[in-house]
Amino acid sequence: MGDWRTVTVPLLSSDSKNIFPYTSERKSPASMSSEVLRLSLPSAKSMHSFFSAFCTEENIEQSISYIDRELTTMGFPSIYVESKGKELDLVSMVNCMNELLVLQHKNLRAQEEIEIQHLKLGSDMDHLQNCYTKLKVQKLQNVISSRATQYNHDMKRKEREYNKLKERLHQLVMNKKDKKLAMEVLNYVGRADGKRGAWRTDKTEARNEEEMYKVLLSDYEQRQKQLLLENTELKKVLQQMKKDIISLLPPQKQKPKERSEDGPVLSDQEEDIGELNKENMWELSCETVREQLTNSIRKQWRMLKNHVEKLDNQVSRGHSGALNEKDVISREDHELETGKLELEIQQCKEMIRTQQQLLQQQLTCDDDTTLLLQDCYLLEERERLQEEWRLFREQKRNFEKERKSFTEAAIRLGLERKAFEEDRGAWLKHQFLSMTADCKSENSTTPSAFLRSADTDLRLVRSASQQKRPPSVLSTTASPEPCQISQYITQNSVASEKPAADYLPNLWVGSDGKEETEECTKTWEDSGLDTLCRNLHMEQLP
Amino acid sequence: ASNCQRAGLDGILGRNSLRGRGGPGTGASCVQHRLVVRDASTLQILHLYTCTDQIQYIEWSSDSQFILCAMYKRGLVQVWSLEQPDWHCRIDEGSAGLVASCWSPDGRHILNTTEFHLRITVWSLCTKSVSYIKYPKACQQGVAFTKDGRYMAVAERRDCKDFISIFVCRNWQLLRHFDTETQDLFGIEWAPNGCVLAAWDTCLEYKVLLYSLDGRLLSSYRAYEWPLGIKSIAWSPSSQFLAIGSFDEKVRILNHVTWKKITELEHPAVITNKKTIVYKEVEKSPTLGTERLSFPPTRALASSLFSTQSKYDICQVPVSLNYIKPVADKANPKVGVGMLAFSADNCFLATKNDNIPNAVWIWDMRKLKLAVVLEQLYSIQCFQWDPCQPRLAVCTGSSRVYLWSPAGCVVVKVPGEGDFQIVSLSWHSSGDSMLLLSKDHFCVCYLEREEVK
Repeated sequence: MGDWRTVTVPLLSSDSKNIFPYTSERKSPASMSSEVLRLSLPSAKSMHSFFSAFCTEENIEQSISYIDRELTTMGFPSIYVESKGKELDLVSMVNCMNELLVLQHKNLRAQEEIEIQHLKLGSDMDHLQNCYTKLKVQKLQNVISSRATQYNHDMKRKEREYNKLKERLHQLVMNKKDKKLAMEVLNYVGRADGKRGAWRTDKTEARNEEEMYKVLLSDYEQRQKQLLLENTELKKVLQQMKKDIISLLPPQKQKPKERSEDGPVLSDQEEDIGELNKENMWELSCETVREQLTNSIRKQWRMLKNHVEKLDNQVSRGHSGALNEKDVISREDHELETGKLELEIQQCKEMIRTQQQLLQQQLTCDDDTTLLLQDCYLLEERERLQEEWRLFREQKRNFEKERKSFTEAAIRLGLERKAFEEDRGAWLKHQFLSMTADCKSENSTTPSAFLRSADTDLRLVRSASQQKRPPSVLSTTASPEPCQISQYITQNSVASEKPAADYLPNLWVGSDGKEETEECTKTWEDSGLDTLCRNLHMEQLP
Repeated sequence: ASNCQRAGLDGILGRNSLRGRGGPGTGASCVQHRLVVRDASTLQILHLYTCTDQIQYIEWSSDSQFILCAMYKRGLVQVWSLEQPDWHCRIDEGSAGLVASCWSPDGRHILNTTEFHLRITVWSLCTKSVSYIKYPKACQQGVAFTKDGRYMAVAERRDCKDFISIFVCRNWQLLRHFDTETQDLFGIEWAPNGCVLAAWDTCLEYKVLLYSLDGRLLSSYRAYEWPLGIKSIAWSPSSQFLAIGSFDEKVRILNHVTWKKITELEHPAVITNKKTIVYKEVEKSPTLGTERLSFPPTRALASSLFSTQSKYDICQVPVSLNYIKPVADKANPKVGVGMLAFSADNCFLATKNDNIPNAVWIWDMRKLKLAVVLEQLYSIQCFQWDPCQPRLAVCTGSSRVYLWSPAGCVVVKVPGEGDFQIVSLSWHSSGDSMLLLSKDHFCVCYLEREEVK
C-alpha cells in the first residue's frame, strides 16, 4: 500500500494523564495492536488529544487501513467496500461504530458492578474483623468465667474441709477448757454509765427491736426534712425561673380553638391548674402538681428557645438583606432612618449653638454698648413719662378751669337764688293778696304765668347751657349726665321743696287748696328744676 | 533497744481524760512486756505495768480508764486500771489461742477472737457473764461497732456462705441475722449515722452491699465484673458519701440518697487540670560555713550534714508524676487506690494510688474536683486527717512529717540527732498534738493553735 509511515499510537494509562505528543515513527502493527488492546477507556479530555494524535490530515489512509485491520481481527466486517479497496463502506463503518458503542456501554456497566462488589467486600471484611475480635474477647471471658467457677468450686471444697478441721479442733479445745475458769479478776468493775447489766429476755428483745426502729425512723425523718427543704428551695427557684421566662417571652396569643375542642372538662382542669399556679403551689408535693410544674417549665423553656432562635434567624436574615416580615426593618431603611435622625440632631445642635451665641452676645457686650443701650432705654422711658406728664398737666389745667367756672356758677347761682327768693316772697305776697281779692275766679292764667315764667326760665336755661359748654376731654360722658343729674336733682328738689309745699297748705285753709297746692308744687318743682338744671349745667363735675 | 509495736497504734495515744486531770491526757506505749503510761504533754512516766509476756497489742478503753494488753503467743489478755494501779484482770484463752482482742464501745467488755477464728468470746468486766459468737469470718474488717456504740455487726461464714449478725451492745442480744450475696465477704463498716452498714466483697468481685440497721438490703453496687475490684472503702463523716477505691486506679463516690455513683475520680500519671495545685517536695542542700568544719566532726555537725532538708515547690501544670508499672503476675499487686480518708468537715478526700506511690491526691468534695497533689520524695506510708479541722498529716518514712491545709503545706522535721524514720502517725482527738511512730521510738508533735482575734 505504498510507503509505510508508521503511526505511533499514544500510550494511554488507565488514569489517562500522560499523553505523549504525536510522533511519526515506525512501529510494528502487532505491537501497536497490543498496545491498543491494553488501552482502557480514556477520559473525555484526553479523547480529543487522542483523536488528534491518532489521525491527522496526512495519514488518513493509513489510519483507516489500520482501523480496518483492527476491526477485522476483532471480528467486525470490513469498512471497505471490497477488501483491499480504497472506498469506504459507510454503512458497515456506521455499524461497526454502533457495535463499538454498545460494547463500550457494556464494559462501563461491568466496571461499575465490579467497583460495587469491591466496596461490599471491603466492608464485609471490616465487619468480620470486628466480629473476630469480639469473639476473641468473649472467648477469653468465657475462659475466665469457667476458670473462676472452677476456682470457686475448689475453694468451697477446701473451705468445707477446713471447717471440718475447725469443728474438730473446737470440740477438742472446748473439752479441754471445760472446768478451768478463763478469767481472773480482782473485783468486778462498775459499768461506765453506772447502770446494772441487763439480762437477755424476750422483753429486752422487744425493747431492742423498738429502739432499733426508733433509731432508723429518726434518721429517716431527719433525711426527709433535709430533702423537703431542698425540694422547696428548688421549687421556688423553678417558679422564679418560670416567671422570668414568661416575662422574657413576647405576649402570647391565646389559642381559643384548643379550649373549645375539649369543652368544659378542660376548662375545669385549667382552672384548677390556674389556682395551683399561685404562690402556695410549692407547698404541695403530690405527683400531679410536680408534673405540672415541670411540664409548664419545659413548655415555657421551649417557647423561649424558639423565640430566641427566631430572633437569631431574624438577625441573620437582616444581615443578608432579605425582608420577609413587616416588622423587620431592612438594613437600608434602618440606615436611612439613622441618617435622618443624625441630620436632625445636627440641625438641632446648630440651632442651639447659634442661640447660645446670641445669648452670649447679649450677655457679654462691651461697656459702651451697654451704656448706650441703657441710655436708650432711659430716654425712651423719659419721653414716655414726659408725654404723660404733659397730658396730666393739661388735664389739671382743664380741671382748674372747670372748677373756676363751677365756683363762678355757684356764686351766680347763689345770687340768683337770693333774687329768686325775693321774687318768690313778693309773688306770694301778691298772690295771697290777689287770692283774697277774687278767689272764685278759676283762671288758668296763673299757670300760664308760671308757664311763661317757666318758659322764660327754660329759655334762659337753654341759652345759659348753650353759652357755657366748656370743652373737656372728658366731655364724652357729659350728655347723658344732665338727664341723670336732673333726675337726681329732681328727687332732691322734691325733698328740699317739700317743706315749702307742706308749708303752703298751712297758709291756705280751703277745700280747693289741695289742687292748687299741687299745681303750685308742680310749678314750683318745675321752676326749681329749671333753675337747678341751669345751675347744673354751669357746674361740671370735677 | 526499746520496742514499740505498730499494732498498738490505735491505743497508743489516749483520749482526753474525763476526770479533769488537765493537759491533753495520757499516752501509753509498750516496751517488750512492760506497759508505760506517760503524760501526753510532758511525756513523764505516770505508770508502769508489767505483763506476763511480750505484748503484741494495746488498746485504751473508751473512757480512758483501762488499757488492755494482748499477748497473742500466750493467748493472754491483761487489763490495767489507771485509777487503781493495784487492780488487775487477766483473761486466758488457753488452748483456744488468741489472734485479736478489742474493747467494746462501753469500755467494760473485751472481745477476743480465738485462733482460726473459731469464735469470738465476749468477756465482761462487770459481771460474770460470757458470751460467744460462733463462726466469725476471718477477714480484714469482720467486726464493726456503730459510732454511738449501740450496735455491733459481725461478719460470719457458715457452710461457705456469708452472713452478718447485728448485736445490741448493751446486753449482747442478737438483733438481726441475714445472709449476704457476696462471694467472700471482705469487710463491713457502719456509716457514721449508725443506720447503714456497708459490706464489700473480695477483690475478685467488685460488689458493695448496703444494709439498713434492720437488716434490709438497701442497695447493691457493682462497677465492673472481671478485673480486680475494691481495694479500700471510706464513709464520709456526714454519711452522705461512700468512697470506694478500686484496683482500676479510680475512686467511685456513691451518694446516700440513691446509692448510685455520682462521680468517678481518676488518678492519671499526668496532671493537666490547670486548677490543680501540685506541691513537690524538693531537697535543699544543707548550708554550711566551711570554717565550721572540724575533725572529728561533732555529733550535731554530722547529723546536720547527713540529714537533708526539704521544702515544697509549686509545680506548673502539666506535671508528670512518678509512675510505677504494676507487675502483672503477683498477688495483691501494688495497683489501685489503697488509701482513702475523708476530712472531718466533709470537704476533702485524700487518696493514694499505689501505682503512683509518692503522691497524695486531695479532692475537693464540694466541687468533686482534684484540688491538690502532694508529690513526695519517698513513698507514702501513712496519712491521717486532723479530727478537728481540714489538716492532713503525711509521713513517708523520712524524718519529716508533712502537713497540708487549704492555706498551704509545710514540712516539719523531727528535731534531734539521728534519723527518726516516721512510719506511722496518729492525731490526738483535740487536734493539738500528733503521735509520730518510728520502728523503735515514738515522739509527740505539738501544734500551736493560732490565736483567733
